[in-house]
Amino acid sequence: MNLSFFDQFASPQLLGIPLILLSMLFPALLLPSPTNRWVTNRLSTLQSWFLQLITKQLMIPLNKMGHKWALILSSLMTFLLLINLLGLLPYTFTPTTQLSMNMALAFPLWLATLLTGLRNQPSISLGHLLPEGTPTILIPALILIETTSLLIRPLALGVRLTANLTAGHLLIQLISTATMALLPIMPTISILTAFILLLLTILELAVAMIQAYVFVLLLSLYLQENI
Amino acid sequence: MDVKLGELPMWLATCNFTPKSLLGGVQKAWNSYCNKYINVKRGGTAGISMLLAGYCVLSYGWNYQHIKRNCWRKYH
Repeated sequence: MNLSFFDQFASPQLLGIPLILLSMLFPALLLPSPTNRWVTNRLSTLQSWFLQLITKQLMIPLNKMGHKWALILSSLMTFLLLINLLGLLPYTFTPTTQLSMNMALAFPLWLATLLTGLRNQPSISLGHLLPEGTPTILIPALILIETTSLLIRPLALGVRLTANLTAGHLLIQLISTATMALLPIMPTISILTAFILLLLTILELAVAMIQAYVFVLLLSLYLQENI
Repeated sequence: MDVKLGELPMWLATCNFTPKSLLGGVQKAWNSYCNKYINVKRGGTAGISMLLAGYCVLSYGWNYQHIKRNCWRKYH
C-alpha cells in the first residue's frame, strides 16, 4: 500500500462515524448563544463584538435589499473562520481541505447571487458582462471573456479555499517531518528548520483567517453587482 | 451530584438509561461546565482551552487506528 503525505486529508472513521461530522459540528460548541442578561460573560461579549464588526464591514457597501443576506454571510464567515483555525490544532481534521465541501458552499451561494440579479434586474446584470468604454471592435471577444470569468467564479471560490488550506497543511507536515528527521543527525539545521516551522505556523494562522474573509468578501462583491 | 466512588455501581443502577434521560444528562453536564468556567464574571482562557484540549484528545482517539502504525510506515 503506497501511503503518501496526503493521508492526513482522508476523513478517518470510528464505528462508522466520520471525523468530518464532528469537525463541522464542534465550532457550534465554541459559540455561546446570547442570554437575556445585561452583562454577559466575556466569551459572549467577545462574540457579539466580533459579529458586529464583520456584519458592519460586509453590509456597508450593500443596499437595503442586500441586508437580507446579513445572517448567511456573517454565519458563513464565522463558520469558515472557526473551522480553519481549529484545523491548526494537532490531530484535528479540517473539513475545508475537502474540495467537495468548499464547492458545496461556493456554488449555491454564487448561483443565488446570479439568479437574484437576473430575476430582479436582468438588463443591469447582463450589462456587467461588458465593461464601460470598450472599443466597438472588441465587444464580442470581451463578452465571451466576461462570461467565462463569470462562470468560473464558483470554481475559483471553492478551489482557492481548498488549495490554500491544503497547501498550508502539507507544508507544515513536510517541514515538521524534516525537523524530526534532522534532529539526531544535524541538530543545528534542525533548530533552523524548527524556526522556519514557527514562521510557517504564524503564516498559516493568518492564511486561515484571511481565506475565510476573502471567501465571504468575494461573495458579498458578487452580491453587490446583482442586487 | 455528589456520588462517592464506592457507591458508583449502586448509583448507576438507580438511574434510567432511556435516550431522553441520557440527553438530559448530557445537557446538564454541558450547562454545569459552562456555568463553572465560562459564565463567570472574570473568565479567562481556561474554559475554552479545556474544550480545545478535549477536542484534540478526541481527534487523537478517532485517528488512533491510523496513528498506531506510524512507527512502521516508510512514507508518512
